[in-house]
Amino acid sequence: MLDKVGIAKRIAQEVKDGSYVNLGIGIPTLVANYIPKGLNVTLQSENGMLGMGPFPFEGEEDADLINAGKQTITEVSGTAYFDSALSFGMIRAGKVDLTILGAMEVSENGDIANWKIPGKMVKGMGGAMDLVAAAKNIIVAMQHVNKAGESKLLPECTLPLTGVKCIKKIVTELAVLEVVPGKGFVLLERAPGVTVEEIRKATAGKLVVEGEIPEMIID
Amino acid sequence: MNKVVNNAAAAIHDIQDGEVIMLGGFGLCGIPENCINALVNKGTKDLTCISNNAGVDDFGIGLMLKTRQVKKMISSYVGENAEFERQLLSGELEVDLIPQGTLATRCMAAAYGMPAVWVRAGVGTEVAIGKETRVFDGVEYLLEMAFKAKFAIVKAWKGDTHGNLIFRKTTRNFNMPMAMAGQITIAEVEELVPAGTLDPDHIHVPGIYVHRIFQGDNYEKRIEQRTVRQKK
Repeated sequence: MLDKVGIAKRIAQEVKDGSYVNLGIGIPTLVANYIPKGLNVTLQSENGMLGMGPFPFEGEEDADLINAGKQTITEVSGTAYFDSALSFGMIRAGKVDLTILGAMEVSENGDIANWKIPGKMVKGMGGAMDLVAAAKNIIVAMQHVNKAGESKLLPECTLPLTGVKCIKKIVTELAVLEVVPGKGFVLLERAPGVTVEEIRKATAGKLVVEGEIPEMIID
Repeated sequence: MNKVVNNAAAAIHDIQDGEVIMLGGFGLCGIPENCINALVNKGTKDLTCISNNAGVDDFGIGLMLKTRQVKKMISSYVGENAEFERQLLSGELEVDLIPQGTLATRCMAAAYGMPAVWVRAGVGTEVAIGKETRVFDGVEYLLEMAFKAKFAIVKAWKGDTHGNLIFRKTTRNFNMPMAMAGQITIAEVEELVPAGTLDPDHIHVPGIYVHRIFQGDNYEKRIEQRTVRQKK
């Protein structure tokens, strides 16, 4: 079973050289730390920045320089700033190659819910609806089951949707799965030490297991 | 063409109870601190605020929520404010949550003189309820209307007496599209200079969009999530 860092490390393997990537809040933010050295990857932050660098050293924080999670960050060589309308313009136009975000639920046809729990939590969707409606490739980083032990990979989402038929891949503490509409959650890899049976028990939606399922390779 | 007013109180003097106003910034980054304080002091009530976020409990728009000056918020993310959540769940505050890109683009539409735009964000979700849809090249879109806000209040880094504005780093955010979307735009700046001083190639918002400008003071520039790394 993977911890959060393990999930981030596995997702980092999906990042391609020369790509523009938007990272959501939480586990997705950690992915930046594990992108293989030598890859030329540009991080987009939807509040208006291309070329997002690491957190600043203590004493070098700049209130005018934050990411979409409102954390203080730094520039890299070649950073560009822009406004929110242009930022979502480039997202909408499909210029961002990969979006990595968290989810509360994903359905077997690729629907995602991650912004609202009626009567309980009202935080808003932020940029999530825009990102899932536009990105060419979307990977969800999440726990396979919620705190109550219920599966988050469902036949249909029960919470208000963020987007429909948009999720391509899911990485959890147990597995890597591809979402194939009309087919279900196709199991690609198992986390170290996790059996197919354990993954099946944690997956409420239709799990497709074809042949031998390899174990993930994580440094 | 002198657009300079003395201070925040003068800039917002004619904002009436019940008005629709836009407030620039992302989180607490680049918010118009002076004008928010002036609105709190003036006590203007029943405001509809279009702003990506709602501040925190004791800073930014949170100050106006605490004094119950806000009737309705139109935002994309409001997660950092306990008083906001309390007023919302108790029904004291109306909230229209809309996708962040749609929020920015409805500003842009107003800025560019377009009545509405077609966007994909929200298709198939509760955001789409009641909205006109149309299929282009096999993909469904929602019709989203340009904002009509009487006032836009923004904060820039530098500005000149003609209202030309320059922003610093990620403070361009919603300040730029909102500056261009208001019927009356008020800009507070850290440094106000005579027209002709700024490099014309560096202007982010041309002064034609800005109606009132003043140099603010005592900027706190609070950081919401201070994150640092250690020197090795």
